[in-house]
Amino acid sequence: MPEPVTRAGGAAPRTTVPSRPQAGGVQQRRALSGIRTQDVLALVGALAAALCTTGVLWTQVAPFSGIIGFAVVSWCLFVLIYAVLVSFDENRPTVRDRIASVVVHSLGALVLLALIDVVGYTFLRGWSALVHLNFWTQDLSTAGPLAPITQGGVSHAIVGTLIEVGIAMGIAAPLGLLAAVFMHEVPGRLARLVRTVVDAMTALPDVLAGLFIYATLILTFGWGFSGRAAGCALAITVLPIVCRTSDVVLRLTPGGLTEASYALGSGQWRTVLFVTLPTARSGLATAVILGTARAIGETSPVLLTAGATGNMNTDPLHGPMMSLPLLAYLSVLQPEQAVVTRGFGAACALLILVVVLFLIARIIGGRGAGQLTARQQRRRAYGSARDLARFTRQHAPAGYPKEES
Amino acid sequence: MISESSPGGTSTSRFSAVAAPAGRSLRSKLSASDLVFRAVARAGGVFVLVLMLLVGSFLAFRALNALHKAGWSFLTTQAWNPDSNDFGIVAILVGTILIAFVAIIVALPLATGAALYISEYAPRQIKPLLIGVIDLMAAVPSIVYGMWGWGFLQWKMASLARWINDWFFWIPLFKVDGVTRHYSAGQTATFYTSSSFMAGVVVALMVMPIACSIMRQAFSQAPPGEREGAYALGSTRWGMIRAVVIPFGLGAMIGGTMLGLGRALGETIAVALIISPVFLVQPHILQSGGSSIASLIALRYAESTPFGVSALFAAGLALFGLTLSVNFVAAVIVSRSRSGAVSDA
Repeated sequence: MPEPVTRAGGAAPRTTVPSRPQAGGVQQRRALSGIRTQDVLALVGALAAALCTTGVLWTQVAPFSGIIGFAVVSWCLFVLIYAVLVSFDENRPTVRDRIASVVVHSLGALVLLALIDVVGYTFLRGWSALVHLNFWTQDLSTAGPLAPITQGGVSHAIVGTLIEVGIAMGIAAPLGLLAAVFMHEVPGRLARLVRTVVDAMTALPDVLAGLFIYATLILTFGWGFSGRAAGCALAITVLPIVCRTSDVVLRLTPGGLTEASYALGSGQWRTVLFVTLPTARSGLATAVILGTARAIGETSPVLLTAGATGNMNTDPLHGPMMSLPLLAYLSVLQPEQAVVTRGFGAACALLILVVVLFLIARIIGGRGAGQLTARQQRRRAYGSARDLARFTRQHAPAGYPKEES
Repeated sequence: MISESSPGGTSTSRFSAVAAPAGRSLRSKLSASDLVFRAVARAGGVFVLVLMLLVGSFLAFRALNALHKAGWSFLTTQAWNPDSNDFGIVAILVGTILIAFVAIIVALPLATGAALYISEYAPRQIKPLLIGVIDLMAAVPSIVYGMWGWGFLQWKMASLARWINDWFFWIPLFKVDGVTRHYSAGQTATFYTSSSFMAGVVVALMVMPIACSIMRQAFSQAPPGEREGAYALGSTRWGMIRAVVIPFGLGAMIGGTMLGLGRALGETIAVALIISPVFLVQPHILQSGGSSIASLIALRYAESTPFGVSALFAAGLALFGLTLSVNFVAAVIVSRSRSGAVSDA
């Protein structure tokens, strides 16, 4: 800080005028998170001390065992030692801040570790199935329960999953989008009622959707275990989710755009078709894709409605149809090691499918409403120029040069 | 919508020479295409409404069939033999709530920590990546979590369960019958696997991303003015989080956790894979054996007579009532909290 200048020299200062900061001086942003050497040293030292102490405890002193116990004890010791180290040269709020920082970082790392563990374990167990080509190309019609991993595969389940999810999204996506458009465009008592009921149905446990289809379509109407029954059960599971997500996305469309459209004299239908839906397109696509990912992963509705088979069945109307989650669930309950491995392989295939869909959703839905890609922007600009040329042609006075641009 | 957007008679004061508009009707007539559009949209909305109400009322109708026959003993019987009219929900309801309880106890600190890390501590460059990771965790199918818990986690956690039983057996919740404490030799892990605790931990990982993403959104909306105010008063980062971010996001923390609870109550396949069903009230969460409504339905539907299916519907109705009320309370808490409100700071 510059020194304040006293107005009346000599006598006791009555008031002070702070000198101005030098004009043209570039203000430097203060670094709020400077890392000093002693911080790093405290961290590393505490970690080393904790690991060594726990190592001594585990190997020399007490008959402890187990990797989880080791991790927990050394973590607790680490936090303790770190707190003591920091408290040597900091005050109490700072010590609390450091401990909180360590705890939050650890929890974040733990979550990441859990995800890696889940995915890694599934791939580890299923890897020996994934590497065989027959896993992807054959079904289980000829491979019995004792067949080795080099025989038989899950192609029937992949096809079954795609057919069932196709049916489910064929029902749920248009219906959900239509209901969302209804709630957004025709507000009123009915729309509020639909919104309330849809919100309530998102709480419906997925197994109940399966039980509903099982009791109505299969037991009462005699559809039998089939792909169409499974598709309907998945549709009921996913419909409230798609509907609700699309409703939220539609509410995010900028009001200025729709009002501009109305101001230009277009009706409601044309506004929805040419302004609202294109603006919300990426968000709606994300809603549908995430709904699809959910439908692919659902096991319990399929368990109750699709039946299980080892045969390839491409006819959703008749006969049981296998799907990937169901195959995984039924396989891991079997005693044979090869069957269990195949089940984990099916889970890997499922995971790959979900991740691919998820990445597509991120790519499409990464942008907010109204933000365009470079290609979309070029297309818009081109269309706009074409419109201008058309207007110029139509309204040009006689004798005006036709080709202006 | 169209008729409301026109400005009213605001022009009279500026152009007083012009006669005041004589109550021009502002109602516009919808064109034919708009009428068709509205009819189609309304039909879609009504269809969804009818479908959802149909599911709900069918559930209630079939459930009442069984409830009528079972009477009040449905709430007290600890067995599930619908065909000899000896079935009740108390054991599986307690099992369901225990699993969900364990799940929330485990998921709440994980979700809070991960949300705080993403919104407050993570470097700006990797923040979108971490948000994607959490979203991906929410999209991983429940069967994958279930298989992981079934084949991996519950065997690794068995030693932890044994340790808890060794030292905290005097808490009735942590008691395990039939094992000798502090005596690991000769005892297999199967005393501790397939328990409500293991199922709860796996379900916790499943519901954690849901709670986490709601919390993260609320935390990141904490007003920057108040944050900087806290820093300006000399607060550390943790002090700022405690004074600004957590009070601001408290409603979302509670609401997000309850949304996760609703999901945990209804989780089916992971629980069915891990737990070994018993139909007694089993309050010892570490001991092998437990039950949940959703897994009961998944395990029992095939061998059920029509009346047995009705009994399953009754259990399902109880579950739906539970998840519905939890979700409703969560929605009210989230909407009443300050989270997402515009700050004047």
